[in-house]
Amino acid sequence: MTRRARPGSGTPWFAVALGVSLAVVLGFLVLPVLAIFVNTSPARLVASLGESESIEALKLSLETTVIAIVIIVIVGTPAAFLLATRSFPGKSIVLTLVELPLVLPPAVAGIGLLAALGPDGLLGGALGDAHIQLVLQTAGVVVALVFVASPFYLRQAQTAFASIDRSYMDASRTLGAGQAQTFIRVAIPLARSGVIAGVALAWGRALGEFGATLMFAGSFQGITQTVPLAIYDRFATDFPSALALSAILVIVSASLLLAVKLLCRGEALSGAVR
Amino acid sequence: MVLCAELSSTVGDIELELSLQVAAGRCLALAGPSGAGKTTILRLIAGTATPERGRVLSREQVWLDTERRIDTPPEGRRCGYVFQDYALFPHLCAWRNVAYGLGDLPRSQRRARALELLERLGLAGRADARPATLSGGERQRVALARALARRGDVLLLDEPLSALDAGTRAAATHTVLEVLRETEAPVILVTHDFADAALLGDEVAVIDRGRVVQQGTASSLAATPGSAFVANFTGAVVLTGIARPAADGLTTVALDGGGEVSTAAAGPSTGPVSVSVYPWEIVLEPLDAVAGGSAQNRLPAQVVSVTSVGNRVRVGLQASQPLIAEITQPAARELGLTVGSRIIASWKATATRLTES
Repeated sequence: MTRRARPGSGTPWFAVALGVSLAVVLGFLVLPVLAIFVNTSPARLVASLGESESIEALKLSLETTVIAIVIIVIVGTPAAFLLATRSFPGKSIVLTLVELPLVLPPAVAGIGLLAALGPDGLLGGALGDAHIQLVLQTAGVVVALVFVASPFYLRQAQTAFASIDRSYMDASRTLGAGQAQTFIRVAIPLARSGVIAGVALAWGRALGEFGATLMFAGSFQGITQTVPLAIYDRFATDFPSALALSAILVIVSASLLLAVKLLCRGEALSGAVR
Repeated sequence: MVLCAELSSTVGDIELELSLQVAAGRCLALAGPSGAGKTTILRLIAGTATPERGRVLSREQVWLDTERRIDTPPEGRRCGYVFQDYALFPHLCAWRNVAYGLGDLPRSQRRARALELLERLGLAGRADARPATLSGGERQRVALARALARRGDVLLLDEPLSALDAGTRAAATHTVLEVLRETEAPVILVTHDFADAALLGDEVAVIDRGRVVQQGTASSLAATPGSAFVANFTGAVVLTGIARPAADGLTTVALDGGGEVSTAAAGPSTGPVSVSVYPWEIVLEPLDAVAGGSAQNRLPAQVVSVTSVGNRVRVGLQASQPLIAEITQPAARELGLTVGSRIIASWKATATRLTES
């Protein structure tokens, strides 16, 4: 066998290498997810859904993530628009700061939140005066989720806004619409699919959030124990139950991803964008 | 004058520096090669960009005066603006695109008014269609209807014909002419095509690198181009050479590469010059034709291309410098023109314009 490359000889070694690479990636990524379902009987899954603890964790996860996403979208969308359409001194620094939580370990995020918003934190006094308590409270879970998930949304939304052709915005202005009206009636509809993708990413990240929530809000059943925390709680004592809850989280996350893909595709088919 | 603009700005590597005036109901065509800064001029007038220095006045209203720090935002300027490629909102159907410019009307009247405008442009049947499903010609008409909906004090048209294929151009040109005839506002139209500018503009300003190099009626620009650039842009064949005075008040130009032509045009009579002649003024004769006509300029040339354009034939020629002649189909048949045949290209000294090189 010779190892010399033979250009034009039609050796499919490169195509084979590409295929092997994809197979390895796919196998590695799918195997753990598959294992969860292989090790959980459908009966166990249904039984897990019957447990009040599981239901409580699931309810809390949905509640806190939905609230977090609503906050992220309402506050983050105008910010993303500004970052996408204006240039100002120090913009690259601002962008880096906004993206910083993406690379922070969740434990660091949790410590940071405690140091900032905890009772002895930077803003702890002010919050205390206003009778707002976040640590070990459901509100604290929402704060942790917003912190770790918002950069995912901001990045996607910013890219979506930046890719809108300038002439659409100019057209809106010359037709008599002010900046705010142009944002609502032109920019948001045209950036819709990117914004939806950002919501999906941020929501997925929030659903899986573990470290920052544990450190900042703790793990109290019914108050701060979201599904990932409940899974960890059972992991040492009741492995099959942890498996069943994991399976439920996989199903919820996968349906979320699928729903967003369908939503975006439906839009593309109707020719709404370009 | 109803619209006056004095603009001065650096945009990319172009130094924009110009002053424009347009009267009510008149159309000024800004014509020039791409990258000359034409679209930027429209943006500065509409207010979607701000120049370093400048003033824009519309009907005695000051839209922009950088010295007095006045800069009315675009929504306050009342400009009907047809964008290059039209910029129709892809998420709105045709009538909603038009109604977008009707913010001044009560909500209940907007649909009826939008439909009225679409009907005026012959598009009533497509009111509910999204831009993606409209043809190029239909999009152009929606864009015109939307710009008219604004009932602007100024109408700005950016390349209104260039996004169209040859088949729809004739009808679209007719539509634009109709709109121009009916509008009472001053109109500024941008095009890279001198023929379009001549067709649509009452006056043409030739723009090069951010400046007006010559302004006048299309026919006056073609008859007396002020520079080789304008001559070339108006579609003339431009030849370079060295001029010297000749008898009878004519000027003789020794062409670079060989050959001589005479011109009766006023212009520099010594030194390096450009002479220009329009393709339809060039007469093609067989090599053995007797030089008995009134054409003073005769250059032997070889045919390098023969292209039919509508009912005409454009003949590419190689003399000492390249030439283009435009003749009719029967004339081309009679001459038996094929690539490689040798002929005489001739034209009158009075059809030869002279500009400094």
